[in-house]
Amino acid sequence: MAGLMAGFGHYTHAIVRGIPASLAKEALRTNQAEVDLDKARTEHDAYVQVLRTRLGLEVVELPADESLPDCVFVEDAAVVCGDTALITRPGAESRRRETEAMKEALTDLNMNIVEIADENATLDGGDVLFTGREFFVGLSKRTNQRGAEILADAFKDYAVSTVPVLEGLHLKSFCSMGGPGLIVIGSSDPAQKALKIMQQMSDHRYDKLTVPDDLAANCIYMNLPDKGHVLLHCTTDEFPESVKVFEKLKDHMLIPVSNLEKVKLDGALTCCSVLINKKKPDN
Amino acid sequence: MTTESGSESKQPQENREAEKSKAAEEQTSPQNQPEKFPAAAGHSTPAKREQEQQREDQVSHRSSSSRLSKSPLRGVRKVKIMQCKVALLDGSDYTVDVEKRAKGQILFSKICEHLNLLEKDYFGITYRDIENQKNWLDPSKELKKQIRNGPWNFAFNVKFYPPDPSQLSEDITRYYLCLQLRDDVVSGRLPCSFATHTVLGSYTVQSELGDYDPEEMASDYVSELRLAPNQTKELEEKVMELHKTYKGMTPAEAEMHFLENAKKLSMYGVDLHHAKDSEGVEIMLGVCASGLLIYRDKLRINRFAWPKILKISYKRNNFYIKIRPGEFEQFESTIGFKLPNHRAAKRLWKVCVEHHTFFRLVSPEAPQKKFLSLGSKFRYSGRTQAQTRRASSQIIRPAPFFERTSSKRYNMSRSLDGATIAENHDTLMKDSTAGGDTKAAAIITTVTTEREEKTEQEDAQKNSTDTHEAGATSQEPKTDSERTDFAFDGDITVTESEADEESETQTQDTEPLPEVAKHQTNISELKRSFLETAGSSTPGPTEWEKRLSSSPLRSPRSDEAPMIEPLEPQDTKDDQQSGAERKEEVGPKGTEAAGYLVKVVPDSVVTEGVTSSGPHGISLSTTMDDDVFLDGTLREEVEEKTPDSQEEVSETSVLRLSPGAVRQEVSQAITDKKGTLIILKEAEDQADSEGGVMSALVDEEEEAVGPEELEADKNQRFLLCKEAEIAPEDIFTHNAVVKLLSLTEEMKGGDMNHVRGLDSPKKAMASWISEEVKTEASEVISARLKSSPTRMTVSESSAMPLVVQGPPGQEKTAVATETGAAPGKTAGQMPLDSVEAATKDVPVIHTETKTITYEAAADADTNGDADPGVLLSAQTITSETTSTTTTTHITKTVKGGISETRIEKRIVITGDADIDHDEALAQAIKEAKEQHPDMSVTKVVVHKETEITPEGED
Repeated sequence: MAGLMAGFGHYTHAIVRGIPASLAKEALRTNQAEVDLDKARTEHDAYVQVLRTRLGLEVVELPADESLPDCVFVEDAAVVCGDTALITRPGAESRRRETEAMKEALTDLNMNIVEIADENATLDGGDVLFTGREFFVGLSKRTNQRGAEILADAFKDYAVSTVPVLEGLHLKSFCSMGGPGLIVIGSSDPAQKALKIMQQMSDHRYDKLTVPDDLAANCIYMNLPDKGHVLLHCTTDEFPESVKVFEKLKDHMLIPVSNLEKVKLDGALTCCSVLINKKKPDN
Repeated sequence: MTTESGSESKQPQENREAEKSKAAEEQTSPQNQPEKFPAAAGHSTPAKREQEQQREDQVSHRSSSSRLSKSPLRGVRKVKIMQCKVALLDGSDYTVDVEKRAKGQILFSKICEHLNLLEKDYFGITYRDIENQKNWLDPSKELKKQIRNGPWNFAFNVKFYPPDPSQLSEDITRYYLCLQLRDDVVSGRLPCSFATHTVLGSYTVQSELGDYDPEEMASDYVSELRLAPNQTKELEEKVMELHKTYKGMTPAEAEMHFLENAKKLSMYGVDLHHAKDSEGVEIMLGVCASGLLIYRDKLRINRFAWPKILKISYKRNNFYIKIRPGEFEQFESTIGFKLPNHRAAKRLWKVCVEHHTFFRLVSPEAPQKKFLSLGSKFRYSGRTQAQTRRASSQIIRPAPFFERTSSKRYNMSRSLDGATIAENHDTLMKDSTAGGDTKAAAIITTVTTEREEKTEQEDAQKNSTDTHEAGATSQEPKTDSERTDFAFDGDITVTESEADEESETQTQDTEPLPEVAKHQTNISELKRSFLETAGSSTPGPTEWEKRLSSSPLRSPRSDEAPMIEPLEPQDTKDDQQSGAERKEEVGPKGTEAAGYLVKVVPDSVVTEGVTSSGPHGISLSTTMDDDVFLDGTLREEVEEKTPDSQEEVSETSVLRLSPGAVRQEVSQAITDKKGTLIILKEAEDQADSEGGVMSALVDEEEEAVGPEELEADKNQRFLLCKEAEIAPEDIFTHNAVVKLLSLTEEMKGGDMNHVRGLDSPKKAMASWISEEVKTEASEVISARLKSSPTRMTVSESSAMPLVVQGPPGQEKTAVATETGAAPGKTAGQMPLDSVEAATKDVPVIHTETKTITYEAAADADTNGDADPGVLLSAQTITSETTSTTTTTHITKTVKGGISETRIEKRIVITGDADIDHDEALAQAIKEAKEQHPDMSVTKVVVHKETEITPEGED
């Protein structure tokens, strides 16, 4: 039977993008940090390998564009839910053109494309947390109210609530989904505050998994055939304490993925892919 | 349908012309005769043939009667019949005759009968007012008074959208719900994505047309159905694609699938109202099962779950909600919204009251007493969801056969209802813009300071704690917080226990709620099983426990790990509590005698060791000012004087009373005509084996005995605890009270006679109103209903979080429940504003105070272990009439798997000596018992305060 909103975490495809050499110097960052381009590429390759080989997703790899130093962070360019893809209008002007390749790729995948025409709207995918039942959109430096409204319009089935992002780049800089109804959240004050807001706004109940490090709270959850609950999370090298927390998730297949370099550019795990479920909801 | 009205049914037609011409004069006519209203414009009724026929022979008779009605001499025939046109959900119109003075209920019943609908509580009738706004017909009021001069045209609609339609008992009910939702979808009120339109559309097609049949169905068979606001070819194709896969699906199944999908939509069952926030920004207020949602454009910018809302009120075109302080906030706040006009504000307020009652309360609040004509008496009077579920679980008829009429087609005119929403909004919009500029929104966000009181309270608390050791076995810091709020006409205070909708959802997900409902009804059964368990000494979890434990909400608390935690700590508690709640159904109820306004306050009880009970906790308000009765006025100023400390103390002592002792006691105190405390005790089921036994015992004994009956009931022994005199000034006389408890005397049944001779509190009210401002004697009657299985306890450290047992399944994640925090903060923060406000016109001065306590014999200590239980919840419900204020404080605790509920009722009777206090007391006791048949009275404390003559020394 057809069922809407079913199958949270079911994915068949992933869109990723290569790392341009310009990343090292020109990519936007909130903290000045030296980025080792080679290391970043190695890391990214490993990430893509996990998606493709270990998890068996069909990975669409977009070529890097030197004029778009941040283009590896594809998540910001599109929000995909069900068979609808909202092409965003990134808050950083230098990133606006990242959406072009993304749109093409999504069109090729037969998604229903929705674009943002409003010049006043900005929306970064990194500010969009989809819980399976509803959306939370962070109002941040990169995303504004108008952008959120357009998202609400694109995904009418779901409640879309706004959450102010007081610190950090994006909403998902300190949280993400760790399973159906499970929000992984950092322990910083701003993160906790945001969580409170989310809980107040929601009609649904969530569990939370609090990790000591905000950045570690960004992980990737999937529910895959034959594999069940899969969680891509940070490595012990980065956040040993947080990893201990993840290790208590006994039902999840835990896959630590290194993100030492990209994190310097505020790139978290979810930032580097757009996940898509191409199957019909009723299959 | 023709039966009752048969004799006069011809009237409408006959009358039409006459009425049209006469309408004006008749309305002003002084006659007793019901006024006449112009007949509906769309009145030419295609009435049923049979009806017409039946009427034929009565035409003459009837017309004469109508003529008569204009004559001043007329007198005999006063029943006039009006014809109502009701737009049904399937798009058809139903014409029915009702007496002109009929109440909404009559029409509603007729429609439901016509529709063969038993689960009717989810539905309602709407009509359009002069502004063409849709209003819900109040079943308890006369039709004509509601529609006024408008046409007798109505629409039948879903009023309360069940969060889980699968729990409806009958397919026919689901069918009507589906029809409503289809209309919601097509009209755009229920927005959904393309994908959802296809899915919903496909089920609609299956339900209406049956299996796809390539031979019969043309290639565009879907096109004639209206499935979406903007129906495209693409949509229709997708619908057909899906439809083809449904072979063999029955209409009922298809509707179930439809509902399963529709209910997940974020706007499902959300009733939207245009408004502006304090800054004049256009927003929408959405009322739904779980609370109030605030939207700005399409974004949800805030949400106030019912438990968060302490009070709802409106004044002029402002709508206010008073919000419980958040975790880090100290103060309550009141948020104001500006509605387009007064009517809109009132409409919103009503819808809130109704939704809150329907979805959050176990039983509806009693209507306000019709005494003062100012202010809204409005209350939701229908069944609540809990009640309707219970009722419908008892439907025994075979599934009725009903015909699914074909839905609206493109070529059909739109139904009254379907077409309107857009207009509705437009109008609203216009209104709001128009109104908005005129007045700068007097929207207030108030923060009430409560500090002073708080400290005071705390002190008091401490005192009481200190003092009450005397009697107390274990010193239990009071954990329950009391919240009081007084509601007056026109403003309802909707206060709630935190039991959240989540819990409901939870339950729903895990188990069908009907079961829960059954539980409610079968408490005794449960208890029995308890006993059995106990006997076999198998401490296995009860069914209820299992259910609880399988709930994801309960997780083992472990201090270390940062693990998965339920996101809403309060809810966790609530869940448990709500579980308990469901069973016991302690509904705030009022009797007619005293129109009670009931507020349910969610108290989270586990607090920081300090008294959570509000300073003014339950206060005995001696006076109210008349403003209270102003229409819709937001009132916070109720004055409350609180002898709470004292009450608290007594409560503590009560804790020790064993449930087993179910004796009820009455005392002379009653004779004194002073206030009374009634304590009802209920054994809560969910206990584990031992607990179960206790509670079972209690149950056996609990029989609802009216106060009057008590007399007769000699076997019930009452202990007179003691009568103490308290210094007048000393309102917080904890010490004294404590002492009271230590003494016990046997009561004599004979005393009860005082209780008799009920005359209604109206008397009191009357005196009040008559401006005898000087109340000579104000009496405070406090009744406490406590249901408690012995074991209750309030956890010693208030900080004590609810400890929950982890569901086995969830073990993987060590869980630290943060429960403690949330509730704690809330507690202790009483609605101070009320206190502040209080003083104004307090005619009553404390003077002489008497307190008398009757307690059930305490064999309780059976399980008198000092082990503190965990306080699950506490809530306070306050209701008021002019002369009485009833505060119901419900505390739920769990200890060792036993959950216990105690209800404490404090009734304050204010007024001068004219009031028959005994009567009021008796009435109160009786009501308490009626309301909580499962519980027994364990303690009655009468506290009297008499004002000493102003000149006299104090």
